[in-house]
Amino acid sequence: MEQPAYQNPLRTAAVLPAELLPWLAAGLGFFLFPDYLQLGSQILIMVLFAMSLDMILGYAGIVSLGHAALFGTGAYTAGILSAHVGWSEPLSGLVIAGLVAGAVGFVCGAVILYTRGLTLLMLTLAVTILLQELANEQEHWTGGDDGLQGVVMEPLFGVFEFDLYGQTAYLYALAVLFIMFLAARAIVNSSFGQSLRGIRENERRMHAIGCPVYRQMLRAYTIAAVMAGVAGGLLAQTTEFVALDVLSFERSGDVMIMLILGGTGRLYGAFVGAPLYMILQDQLARLSPEYWLFGIGALLVATILYAPEGMLGLAARCRAWLGREDG
Amino acid sequence: MLRSGNTLTGNTPLLEVRDLCKSFGALVVADGVSLALRPGARHALIGPNGAGKTTLVNLITGTVQPSGGVILLDGHDITYWPQARRVKRGLARTFQINTLFRGLSVLENVCMAVSERRSLSARLWRRADGRGDVIAEAMELLESVKLDDDAQRQVRELPYGRQRLVELAIALGLHPKVLLLDEPAAGVPSTESHVLLEAVEALPESIAVLMIEHDMDIVFRFAQRITVLVSGAILTEGTPAEVGADPRVREVYLGENVELHGGRR
Repeated sequence: MEQPAYQNPLRTAAVLPAELLPWLAAGLGFFLFPDYLQLGSQILIMVLFAMSLDMILGYAGIVSLGHAALFGTGAYTAGILSAHVGWSEPLSGLVIAGLVAGAVGFVCGAVILYTRGLTLLMLTLAVTILLQELANEQEHWTGGDDGLQGVVMEPLFGVFEFDLYGQTAYLYALAVLFIMFLAARAIVNSSFGQSLRGIRENERRMHAIGCPVYRQMLRAYTIAAVMAGVAGGLLAQTTEFVALDVLSFERSGDVMIMLILGGTGRLYGAFVGAPLYMILQDQLARLSPEYWLFGIGALLVATILYAPEGMLGLAARCRAWLGREDG
Repeated sequence: MLRSGNTLTGNTPLLEVRDLCKSFGALVVADGVSLALRPGARHALIGPNGAGKTTLVNLITGTVQPSGGVILLDGHDITYWPQARRVKRGLARTFQINTLFRGLSVLENVCMAVSERRSLSARLWRRADGRGDVIAEAMELLESVKLDDDAQRQVRELPYGRQRLVELAIALGLHPKVLLLDEPAAGVPSTESHVLLEAVEALPESIAVLMIEHDMDIVFRFAQRITVLVSGAILTEGTPAEVGADPRVREVYLGENVELHGGRR
């Protein structure tokens, strides 16, 4: 077949070698830091959560300060399934957590996506606060302020017990993240993903070329909700506990900071931002339990000032500066 | 799908506007405007600044809801249709001020329109860059406006005048039956405006084109009919010769020109 000169001109065609790095790091981490696997699986979960935020923020341009609503929905769904319903098979529990969060995302999105800008931002925030208050009130189901106790997971595939060292949890989270990532990668590179970029770049023009903008945004929001729900479900299952803070404003803020640190609209921003934030938090808290937030704040300020497109944006600029055009 | 039996007769308008009215409070921006574009029409809409020309385009495309009147597209009453549905029925527009995907490449801009027209944008799994057919069609469009050399560049890197051509290429990618061009040559250096005009002249005979334009050379070269809009109402409509000879038009335009020259000084 003849290859025209303009073959493959759109972005991210084949798998680049650099794309293997995070997976290599995650795999090596399992062997190199056996004592840190608990933190490791939490990082993987936050990567998934941040990637889900990237779908709506980085691709569709929906700024949300309430993404924890969907994360928390997933966490409580998986937790309650086990603690109250007695449904403790992890994989099906995770699927249900994703579906419930997706349904909540669809319903919320259907309402809030009629708005834009500050109104939209405030509505995302309001939904989270409502859900958190609901979880706080429904003590019988959620354990309220004390958190949801009694979550017990059956062995994965009926074979692999969730051990104290968190080995199973880590590999479980890694596998789920990988599957979710493959889906997200396919979606953002599809015609649908391209259309989301169009909405982010210029919504007016998308209307003018006949794009059902609202429907596309709602689709993206629902997909992101499923991913956030799966992330939340993973947290509940791997820690066998759900605290009210899964629905907190802080969690929405944290995940956004992680994404901004890494870089939005790149899918891999989450893979850089979440580990950076969480490892730094872990180390700084050890160094100075009182002032660790100062370090995070300083890093964020530096990022916004000197690398507004996040670490990955900075890396891309450095590469361009070095004149190596192997894109 | 509903077919209106007007494909054979060239006399049934593709686009018809009847008594269209719109006011923002006390400000009347469209005052009983009626207009008909038949297949093959090359129609210019002129008028002094603030006459409501762009508002009329916004009303026809559905960005602004009319206070009264009817809009028919190919025999269908589209007055209250959402914007996207009108586009799918063959109504496309360009913008007076570039309204592009600035962070994307020129090719991606046009691909966006082509894949939307082909209703591919709901496809979640198939890679966009695997769609050779979409890319090939977009490249053809870019060649037709002499932008093929810039296909890989980001739109924001192009000079404004060349961005105007992207604006046109996107609209052409929608395969419109009715094309509304809102000052396509505004901001295009006169040395390059011929590329734009040639692209417009190369459009299929069957489609109807309405062009808003201030440059009278372009208007008289392009138009078979001209409508003159003043303060939201139609002052007159006729052939270029009739409109050019109309003393009322001269009056409106002479005043405008003097004012314009004064403003530019």
